[in-house]
Amino acid sequence: MSDTPQDVIIGLEVHIQLANLKTKLFCSCSSDYRSAEPNTHVCPICLGLPGSLPVINKKSIEFATRLALALNCKINPKFWFFRKNYFYVDLPKGYQISQYNKAGGKAFADGGKVTIKINSSKKEILLNRIHLEEDPARLVHKGSIRTSPYTLVDYNRSGITLIETVTEPVLSSPAEAREFLNQLKLIVQYTGISDLSLEGTLRVDANISIKGHPRAEVKNITSFKEVESALIYEITRQKHEIKKGKEIMQETRHWDGRVTIPLRTKEFEKDYRYFPEQDLVPIVIKKEFIDEIKDYLPEMPNERVLRLQKQYMLSEFDAENLILDKYIADFYENGVNKDPTFGPDEYKLYCNWLMNNIVGWLNENNKKIDETKLKPSHIIDLISNIKKGNITTKIAKTLIGDMMKGNSISKMIKDKGKKRISEETIIEEYSREVIDENPRIIEDCRKNPKAIEALIGRVMGKTKGQADPKITRKIMIILLRNMRIID
Amino acid sequence: MEIYNYMGYELIEKIRSKEITIQEVIQQTYERIEETEELLHSFVYLSKERALKRAKNLDAQLKNGKTTGKVLGLPIGVKDLICIKDSPTTCGSKILEEYRPPYNATVIDYLIEREGAISVGRTNMDEFAMGSSTENSSYGPTYNPWDLERVPGGSSGGSSSCVASGQTPISLGSDTGGSIRCPAAYCGIVGIKPTYGRVSRYGLVSYANSLDQIGPLGRCVYDVALILEIIAGYDPLDSTTVDIGVDEYTKELNRSIEKKTLGIPKEFFGEGLQKDVKEKVKKSINKLEGLGANVVDLSFPHLEYTIPTYYLIAMSEASSNLERYDGLRYGKMSDDLKGDVYEVFSRTRGERFGSEVRRRIILGTYTLSAGYYDMFYIKALKVRTLIKKDFQNAFEQCDAIVCPTMPTTAFKIGELVDDPLQMYLMDVLTCPVNLAGLPGLSIPCDYDNKGLPIGFQIIGNYFDEKTILNIGYQLEQELNIYRKIPPLTIRGN
Repeated sequence: MSDTPQDVIIGLEVHIQLANLKTKLFCSCSSDYRSAEPNTHVCPICLGLPGSLPVINKKSIEFATRLALALNCKINPKFWFFRKNYFYVDLPKGYQISQYNKAGGKAFADGGKVTIKINSSKKEILLNRIHLEEDPARLVHKGSIRTSPYTLVDYNRSGITLIETVTEPVLSSPAEAREFLNQLKLIVQYTGISDLSLEGTLRVDANISIKGHPRAEVKNITSFKEVESALIYEITRQKHEIKKGKEIMQETRHWDGRVTIPLRTKEFEKDYRYFPEQDLVPIVIKKEFIDEIKDYLPEMPNERVLRLQKQYMLSEFDAENLILDKYIADFYENGVNKDPTFGPDEYKLYCNWLMNNIVGWLNENNKKIDETKLKPSHIIDLISNIKKGNITTKIAKTLIGDMMKGNSISKMIKDKGKKRISEETIIEEYSREVIDENPRIIEDCRKNPKAIEALIGRVMGKTKGQADPKITRKIMIILLRNMRIID
Repeated sequence: MEIYNYMGYELIEKIRSKEITIQEVIQQTYERIEETEELLHSFVYLSKERALKRAKNLDAQLKNGKTTGKVLGLPIGVKDLICIKDSPTTCGSKILEEYRPPYNATVIDYLIEREGAISVGRTNMDEFAMGSSTENSSYGPTYNPWDLERVPGGSSGGSSSCVASGQTPISLGSDTGGSIRCPAAYCGIVGIKPTYGRVSRYGLVSYANSLDQIGPLGRCVYDVALILEIIAGYDPLDSTTVDIGVDEYTKELNRSIEKKTLGIPKEFFGEGLQKDVKEKVKKSINKLEGLGANVVDLSFPHLEYTIPTYYLIAMSEASSNLERYDGLRYGKMSDDLKGDVYEVFSRTRGERFGSEVRRRIILGTYTLSAGYYDMFYIKALKVRTLIKKDFQNAFEQCDAIVCPTMPTTAFKIGELVDDPLQMYLMDVLTCPVNLAGLPGLSIPCDYDNKGLPIGFQIIGNYFDEKTILNIGYQLEQELNIYRKIPPLTIRGN
């Protein structure tokens, strides 16, 4: 992309399901609908049956307060819900109970910011507001929405709590948008209000414009990766149109995974006729309530970075990497605090093992750390075996897979005795090291081929006797021949 | 004596003392209904089998001494917009034809499940409670028992004609702008609209949800007080109910009203009031003075804005409340399913809503639309606040406000159908009470020169139903006309 940062203007509306709430926003139906049969988590309220009335889930206010505090928003002391009126098959009441910050209405909280790091410099992304609303039902199609012979409606999702975070139009590239979303995801994870790795917990609407031109809104993008792709596509499209001298339409577009396509303006440019929801009373949020939430609010990622650097003498880079997943950072702290003899070197070693080897393995195997049998003590054991010379780093690396299955290094050493290394690439690596480290012996080899035994001995030493001597001899001969040291 | 001559509390007493079985009560109730229903059309649905079965069960329980319900065996009519589990609840509308809710309204849980009343059927009403005459029911009009050519009032017209004619001693109605008090006045019975937030709306199908309240209708103040005691109170399922204690209304009725101050707002006796309505209401006020009450003149400077304010708010809310009726999940869809989902929704709503409902949806949609919202809805809310203030000022000077319930007595069927505005103006004395959220009671105080009943309205302060029931009871005992049974004939005047 050749966008200069100044000419692209992006604003995001991020809808997040509060998946960690047990019940829906206005009724006591379970929120945990993902593995349920369709239309089994429903009641008169979330089906919008005549005569039913909503009752606010107090926990949702607590969760929203957590997020508002984590994002540094200003929480409004009193707010109303509003009705957003439109007809659609996914909306059983014909209106969505939401919030509105005009016509006397107030958002849950105003302002706030998220700090992102882009090209190693920091940028503050200002937020406009966050608010609560109910999720509509889920529509199910056979194949694509266009060709499906039917639409099925699953009201299990109807009434699930959504929190919408609206940024100011201050993002200037798809990469910034991606980084913002990563940070937001992290903050959501740290506040414990949702699990964004669950399918369907995230929906993003993006407003995109080129400076001096009208904006287009791309609706309902369902993953971070897709947001970046949709933005890249849409910016290119708009620039292209402008280049051709065409006017950009202010319109709503749909991202189909490949391109953005306009939605019919007649159908989608709606007057939502927002007005106060009289079935709910105004909600008052007291300062004491906020203070209490604040006291129990977990440490946020940016605070943790600073503390990790201070407490464990880690570099900013290491600390920032560690906190990228709350569960990894928790694992780290659990581990290093288990062994009182640990000092700066061990802190660093533990971090390296965790971030380079364990996380690498998790990514390759597409698993989360709590889905494996790895315990924080496994890495302590690993480090101590290396320190005692029971095992080499290189060999330990080959045992990560076994360790993830819950086997400790100590146990593996004990079970298998001295494990024989017969993998040629590893022996070759050690052999090269020995050759590099022993120029004198190499010289001896030119005169006396028997000196090769000394080199083999060094390899055996380095591998604590685990290298297969036959293979080592074979490899050493090949290497020395290649170097034209021996014939 | 036939059972329809008895007040509700008398019937309960007879059941309790085993003078009569619940099955006999229900049987005789249906006999009375079968005799009179052709003339009146109070009901849109009768649940005879279910009621008799329940009566049998309750009789058995009573025999074993297992039940203590406060209104055990009492037959009631329930307005067709209060949900009863598995019983048709159609709101007088074709769009909810055959709809049976899977749950009970809170008032039904209290009155029927907990205290032992028996629903005998669903009473007729203006479609979705939109009207003052019950002429807007999709199932045909209800007739006034005092003159079968006249309307019973509305929207709870079926609930009032069934009580006035002795089909059931008690019924439940709902009141958004006068829908309990208007038909109570026109049919010569007692009806109360409680304070907004006093009775749970859970299971009451919304017309205008910031104004709606459920209330009882009966032939005497005691009956109405008894039912209100049961259905009032905080409900965790309705956030707009208020968590303050419910008075024992029936125990407060005999208190003297000496030294009570009654406010008389001059604007409520202004132009457009039928001459004998004004005279007879004044006469009743004199009787209250005779009982020791003081009167004070009041002024309501914002009363003239009541009707536009009320209709703007009610229609705006209604346009949104009625959006859920698209035929997709319940109720009836159009037979013609051609076109996309919007076309099918529009066709269903166009075909199945009646003309008054369509009129109010269209007006309400218009007033909430971008560009008009501030001019209409927001302005109406501001005037509503002013009207509320008028009442608050008034209650600094008096304990209750007294005035006519309706400006006229019952009009003839068809008389105002083509003049919706004139019909809307009929609500001028009742709807300010809803706008302010106050309780209002209507009791019969006399008859006009055609022999039609006149309603006397007593408006109380917030959550002070106790006082207005007390005043109403004292006046009722003084007037002593409440046992009169209407003739069920055409008067021809």
